[in-house]
Amino acid sequence: MANMISDETMEYVGILAKLELSDEEREQAKKDMEQMLDYIDMLNTLNTDGVEPMSHIFPIHNVFREDVVENDDEHEKILANAPAAKDGAFKVPKTVE
Amino acid sequence: MSLMSLTALELGKKIQAKEVSAVEAAKEALGQIKKLDGSLNCFVTVEEDSVLKKAEEVQKKIDAGELAGPLAGVPAAVKDNICTEGVRTTCSSRMLENFVPTYTAEAVKNLEQAGVVVLGKSNMDEFAMGSTTETSYFGPTRNPWDTEHVPGGSSGGSCAAVAAEECSFALGSDTGGSIRQPSSFCGVTGLKPTYGTVSRYGLIAYGSSLDQIGPIGKDAADCAAVLEAVASHDPKDSTSMKRDSYDFLSALDEDVRGLRIGIPKDYFGDGLDEEVKSHILEAAKVLESRGAVLEEFDLSLVEYAIPAYYVIASAEASSNLARFDGVKYGYRTSEYEGLHNMYKKSRSEGFGPEVKRRIMLGSFVLSSGYYDAYYLKALKTKALIKQAFDRAFEKYDVILGPAAPTTAPKLGESLSDPLKMYLGDIYTVSVNLAGLPGITVPCGTDGKRLPIGMQLIGDCFQERKILRAAHAYEQTRAYTHCPLAAEQV
Repeated sequence: MANMISDETMEYVGILAKLELSDEEREQAKKDMEQMLDYIDMLNTLNTDGVEPMSHIFPIHNVFREDVVENDDEHEKILANAPAAKDGAFKVPKTVE
Repeated sequence: MSLMSLTALELGKKIQAKEVSAVEAAKEALGQIKKLDGSLNCFVTVEEDSVLKKAEEVQKKIDAGELAGPLAGVPAAVKDNICTEGVRTTCSSRMLENFVPTYTAEAVKNLEQAGVVVLGKSNMDEFAMGSTTETSYFGPTRNPWDTEHVPGGSSGGSCAAVAAEECSFALGSDTGGSIRQPSSFCGVTGLKPTYGTVSRYGLIAYGSSLDQIGPIGKDAADCAAVLEAVASHDPKDSTSMKRDSYDFLSALDEDVRGLRIGIPKDYFGDGLDEEVKSHILEAAKVLESRGAVLEEFDLSLVEYAIPAYYVIASAEASSNLARFDGVKYGYRTSEYEGLHNMYKKSRSEGFGPEVKRRIMLGSFVLSSGYYDAYYLKALKTKALIKQAFDRAFEKYDVILGPAAPTTAPKLGESLSDPLKMYLGDIYTVSVNLAGLPGITVPCGTDGKRLPIGMQLIGDCFQERKILRAAHAYEQTRAYTHCPLAAEQV
């Protein structure tokens, strides 16, 4: 079965992925994704009735540790990586009018 | 003779015996990098001045008797998705071109504690997504065996650097074969440990449930020594396992008599290159002649591993890479209108095509309406694949097969057809899905003089068994230096 992805779906996936693709890129992405999904559909030939989805190999749950501060103040080092900073804070475009 | 033609353990021994110093070793490695890396492009970043300073400090500690381990003073490369404090860590992406981590990954910390001198950061496929090292923002790495060919990927820079003898060993990371496949293409030995063995703290995440850091060296003994140094239980990584034993080197003293080796028939079917096939089967016979017991069997479900893998890895990638938004670190676009437009443009300009392809696919399979059909289905498939391996390991100690269906393709042949490139991961991805350890061992070259690698897979926590088998096989053949490195000897 060939997968057909609508322009609306591509638009929606672009919003989820926070990616802005050019028309050309979007056409290519659509084609690539349809081809991959056709291939992935092979999974439907495998009977997985009653199989529990396995997210982790080992049965480890809720690994806790004490919340102890181990690092020093790295304020300046961290801000040095910011694309824009002002007055010791990350600078971003205006978010509220 | 070049110090770089030695194995890491041989060099470490000479350093302990005061025959050479850590500084001399570092200088020799830097010299080899200078000579070869202009054409090979194994490294994204080499910090020459600080390397020599570090080597001097290590030598002082060796002289004072404070560093007596087998790797003290040995120069190494670290894949550029593993954080190093004060040294930029790019993931070979424009997104992180100028990112300087404020902390060092646990695995690298462990290496430094062992006295290893880190030379620099090795090239890779962007965010570890790719099988050729051609998706790197900093240009492809070339295979030292033949520079017209790719080194494999994503840890292509690490494996090529080891083969070209620009370092004594390297760290790579393996999400779907990214240590084992380039090791095969470059004629070196690479080990992906059991999931949870090496801390992922400081490894920039791609597919968190699959990612593992592992060693790449000339032989199994080097891999065992490096694994012993980097493996640890780390409370900072909630998936880190507390293992009963972190002793891997002593496994090499044991022989393979009675070792049960299973050969999955489904790993030797269509798509496997004839020359690769015959070399792998010959290598299996060598192990048989040393007392191992060979048996063919049906592993089953092999064809489902790649689709399940690409759903799970892409899903996790889309979530992990959401953090790159141009706010706290990384690339920010120069012109934008408002916050959301800045996010979108920064990400669209900062990521390359393969990364965007996987983020899109991942966002799709996780979106409402498709989650059950794709993501949950893949997780159920993963459970069945794990069961298939569990059944196999009731009968066998080690599973033996190829690491890749072919030897290294030429540059430029792979990226035009992503699906075809993904199919090349057929023998490696299921090992990540099942969390198992796997090692690639060189077992000859094809008619084009390109290396072929044999993969040995063990049950969870059974690194000792695959190391033992790899070591036993190596006893029958000398390490083959790639022609480019051999010229320098």
